[in-house]
Amino acid sequence: MNFYLLTVLKTAVVAAALLTTLAYLQWIERKVIAHIQIRMGPYRVGPHGLLQPLADVIKLLTKEDLIPAHVNKFFYMLAPFLAVSLALISIAVIPFGPEIEIGGTRTWMQLTDLNIGILFLLAISSVSVYGIALGGWASNNKYSLLGSLRSAAQMISYELPLGLALAAPLLMAGTLSLREIVYAQSGYWFGMIPKWAVFQMPAPQVIGFLIFLIAAFAETNRLPFDLPEAENELVAGFHTEYSSMKFASFFMAEYANMVTITAVATTVFLGGWMAPFPAEYGSRLVPTAVLGLAGALALYHGFHPLRPRDRRTLPVVGVVFLVLAGVFLLPAVQSWLLPLFWFLAKTGALLFLFIWVRGTLPRFRYDQLMRFGWKFLFPVAVVNLFATALLVALFG
Amino acid sequence: MDTFLFLIFAAIAVGCGVIVVSQRHPIHSAISLIGVMGSLAVLYLLLGAEFIAATQVLVYAGAVMVLFLFVIMLLNAGVEPPGGKSWPVRLLGIPLLVVLLGVVSFLIRGWIPVKETVVFGSFTGGGPRDVGGALFTEYLLPFEIVSVLILVAILGAVVLGGKEID
Amino acid sequence: MAGVPLAWYLILSAILFALGIAGFLFRRNLITMFMSIELMLNAVNLSFVAFSYKFGRVDGQIFTFFVMVVAAAEAAVGLAIILAVFRTRKTLAVDEIDSLKY
Repeated sequence: MNFYLLTVLKTAVVAAALLTTLAYLQWIERKVIAHIQIRMGPYRVGPHGLLQPLADVIKLLTKEDLIPAHVNKFFYMLAPFLAVSLALISIAVIPFGPEIEIGGTRTWMQLTDLNIGILFLLAISSVSVYGIALGGWASNNKYSLLGSLRSAAQMISYELPLGLALAAPLLMAGTLSLREIVYAQSGYWFGMIPKWAVFQMPAPQVIGFLIFLIAAFAETNRLPFDLPEAENELVAGFHTEYSSMKFASFFMAEYANMVTITAVATTVFLGGWMAPFPAEYGSRLVPTAVLGLAGALALYHGFHPLRPRDRRTLPVVGVVFLVLAGVFLLPAVQSWLLPLFWFLAKTGALLFLFIWVRGTLPRFRYDQLMRFGWKFLFPVAVVNLFATALLVALFG
Repeated sequence: MDTFLFLIFAAIAVGCGVIVVSQRHPIHSAISLIGVMGSLAVLYLLLGAEFIAATQVLVYAGAVMVLFLFVIMLLNAGVEPPGGKSWPVRLLGIPLLVVLLGVVSFLIRGWIPVKETVVFGSFTGGGPRDVGGALFTEYLLPFEIVSVLILVAILGAVVLGGKEID
Repeated sequence: MAGVPLAWYLILSAILFALGIAGFLFRRNLITMFMSIELMLNAVNLSFVAFSYKFGRVDGQIFTFFVMVVAAAEAAVGLAIILAVFRTRKTLAVDEIDSLKY
């Protein structure tokens, strides 16, 4: 097939999937936090609030687009655009799976593979400060400016441990291309333990992974590091003056950053699309088992409903899950569905961790955040990098 | 395609460069300077310098310019008042600049043959492996000296920017 | 394969360098002058990379790398100096920072 046509097609698929994920990630977050706090969460729009994202989008699109009189118009308009486009662009280098063949066309499950992939990601994440910094400055509002200054300082400070934590697994993989990083993590120790970077000999990156995760929370401005938009100090931080679609852009950028950074963590530390145990032990059957179990559970609750509405909705959900479970058994699609399943499962687990942490941990104070970043996280990341380099040089 | 890309990004670079020096507000200058750096990164890619292009965005646009932006916001630097330039500057500045550019371009055109062209993809020695190899073998001493320089700069910045002792 | 003449890259570099000089001479704001210096450094980097392409060697890119490192160090110290100046003089206009003259 034509190279350009194929690329456009792949981009469209990835973009549509990503945008849907962003909308539903927000629904999942509200649901999970509600359940952590023993509430129900969104429940009115659609069964179990499933259409809530749609309602939110319609609300945000049709709201009045206010431009306050005291703002710097050009930068005020530029900032949300910059934030969201830089947040969405990094997904282009993430590999979702190996090379596959559909209808006689061979293609990689990745938009593009750069031999400077990791550097590209770091460059994009370092530039994405501007969206927030400019938005806060252009709003001409003291809370916005404080929020954006905080966020710029925070993102610069935590980018150092983030980059250093990323460098350690690169030493073992010996490449900057994300696809080759995943291939460097294929195989199993003793036929059981996957050779992911967190388990890789000679220097398992457990500490590096933890540093990366902590820095990722700060980079995405999530709790416990959401100082830039701390409600009780700064109203809403850098996006206080934004409304309608511009606010939605900032909102989307935050979630897109979250998805990207968890996808990077999966790719670099958790072996990308590689299964956690070999196929001989039945890793091929795991998706079917998980989905089948979910389907059976939904069916059971549908036939013994707690609420009258569940009698209609849950059987449908159960049947959908069972059909999906069946699809995973077909050998024709297994070759590309299985890698995708493992990639999404790992990324999803990390995203759940992000939401879980938000529901559990309180916010840091700003001086605590800075002290933690510079006096603890950064030295630990440096030591981790040195130790890895030494071990790789000695035994690698 | 090559010519097209070059012309687009060269135009962006020059346009942003003009804005950098003509705008009176430092923030506008800073943002256009980021534009110049971004388009230069694309031109580096066209020249086959992948690693340098990534470093350009990472170091210049992502770190140095953030520092600039930070200082501008911190000092709340406003619009620069129109300066009292002397009349030779007003009268001769721009024409002399154009003349200088003309002479330099003429010299370059005379020195580099026109048939020597840049074709994207014909030089592939700019990946991280090549640059790293040269950096840590042939240029190891400069590299170490530069790292000491950076350390000194950090110390200097901390001393200068830290709280005043009085 | 039609390409871009190498000279165009060098001319672009010259244009950017000239713009940097112009900014440095015309502007009277310390920060903007500093940014003009960065613009000049960038212009020089472009010609380094262009020559790296011409000779098919990576050395020019290494020099660009060093220029970037030095620019980063320079920005850190320079901005710290600007901060210190602003703290004592409350101004960024170079024409008013002239007490050494008297």
